Amino acid sequence: MEGRGTRISVTAAAALVLAFLWVPLLLIGVYAFAESKIPAWPITEFSTKWWSTAWHNTRMRDALKTSVEVAAMATAIAVLLGSAAAFAVHRFRFFGRDTVSLMLVLPIALPGIVTGLALLSAMQYGGITPSLLTIVAGHATFCVVVVYNNALARLRRTPGSLEEASMDLGADGWQTFRHITLPSVATALVAGGLLAFALSFDEVIVTYFTAGSQETLPLWIFQQLKLPNQAPQVNVVAVSVIVLTFIPVLLAQRLMRNDPAGIGGR
Amino acid sequence: MAVSAAPNPQPLRTRLSAFFYRHRWLKLLLLLLPPLLWICVVYLGALAALLAHSLWTTNDLTQEVERTWSLDNFRTLWETDVYRTITLRTVGIAAAVTITDAILAFPLAYYMVRIASPRWRAIVFVGVLMPLWSSYLVRVYTWRLIMSDNGFANWSLEKLGFGSVDIAYSMWALWITESYIWLPFMILPIYAALERIPPSLLEASGDLGARIGVTFRRVILPLALPGIAAGSIFTFSLTMGDYIAPVLVSNTQFIGNVIYSNVGVANNLPFAAAFTVVPIVIMAIYLTIVRRLGAFEGL
Repeated sequence: MEGRGTRISVTAAAALVLAFLWVPLLLIGVYAFAESKIPAWPITEFSTKWWSTAWHNTRMRDALKTSVEVAAMATAIAVLLGSAAAFAVHRFRFFGRDTVSLMLVLPIALPGIVTGLALLSAMQYGGITPSLLTIVAGHATFCVVVVYNNALARLRRTPGSLEEASMDLGADGWQTFRHITLPSVATALVAGGLLAFALSFDEVIVTYFTAGSQETLPLWIFQQLKLPNQAPQVNVVAVSVIVLTFIPVLLAQRLMRNDPAGIGGR
Repeated sequence: MAVSAAPNPQPLRTRLSAFFYRHRWLKLLLLLLPPLLWICVVYLGALAALLAHSLWTTNDLTQEVERTWSLDNFRTLWETDVYRTITLRTVGIAAAVTITDAILAFPLAYYMVRIASPRWRAIVFVGVLMPLWSSYLVRVYTWRLIMSDNGFANWSLEKLGFGSVDIAYSMWALWITESYIWLPFMILPIYAALERIPPSLLEASGDLGARIGVTFRRVILPLALPGIAAGSIFTFSLTMGDYIAPVLVSNTQFIGNVIYSNVGVANNLPFAAAFTVVPIVIMAIYLTIVRRLGAFEGL
């Protein structure tokens, strides 16, 4: 029903917005190969030397290791808790069901600084010293909802009759879960886990408050940005981080092609 | 020969399955208890500690937190002009970012739903998804690079003949950066809302003689409103609570960086906690308003 003019102008506007989203990501990719110590545009000389500098930076490597450990643990907790919550909310009607969904979404609907400062207050109150586990606890709290969203989107699309058929054919509860329920949600759980990993790997707002003197990769970047002349290394790590998170997100997107409601709901 | 063998006892697994089948509430309890406990202990417990801290004070001399209840922090926040200005400024930038994102998101979402072929829709969807999930910090940093005096922005403006602008470390820089960072959070809910509009509705509007402008105002926009409201929850809330971007790209104080410096430099956790209550209250008011607009159906 749109006229030709409308279609063309909407398409043009959409193209501009998409360019706005992507040009910065491409630019940082180019900046990472600049030779100069001081970032300036246009880049006159290109070099890969900062890649080697960054790679041999032991503090950066330690931070990377911490980030991967935290993300792995937070993801494991998020997958367990998120899928349990999704099953409970999908399968049962109970008092306070909507409140449960709201409470799970709260950590990402409220600004990260609220979660961060709340956790810091609790740690100070309880005399808990910052450790890897305090970072993990913070990350798991907002990662749960990611798995929950993906699992719920899949469960809503899976017909319950499949499980009834399985039971009718004589399978017990465990067999039904093992052969029917789990295979139908497995890819959604993997997708949720991948996204939770990506989210935790990149998180900085909450992490700052729960990390104490420890350093995750985003905290390392944030620290470098306050120092002079660190830009070339940061550019290299920045591009690597972007590319590294693209992989799990792309995989998750492929797994959740048919239920985009899950992956979009961050 | 004895024939009366004992009946085969059912395996434990089968008995357990049957037990849980008969006691469904137990299954619910086992599923719900761990996530509920986690959220209650870790998250709600922490929020309670935050509220408690906001009612405590820091001793100026010893720097220790004194656990005596008082409203002193909130009185300071309310009576000091600077903090009132900072709060208004923060709400202002959050509102500006929300409006900007709604305007930018709409054509892209509309294109995806109504104009793009299935193939292009899938490509654009991934094109929105990747920035949504990619590193927040790196994207803020990239804008700092782009908007620095000898950055990409000024270079392009000069090439286009507009001359250079001095927006590095300013409110403008923050506005652009925040709009950029949270844009995908607005695109996806609007996309979901537009997708739910039956095409026949738009055809009917056209058949009844409405031009595209009228159809947009009277049919599309009202039906997209829940999506815009849902997206605005994220753009508004996330901008209001941000402290990284204000620290990295602006030179002004916002709620986020005041809290940040009160935790780091000033070491005044109770005051930081009290200032954190401000965005929580504002968000509570905001959520009540957008709930009326049907935002929760759009989530």
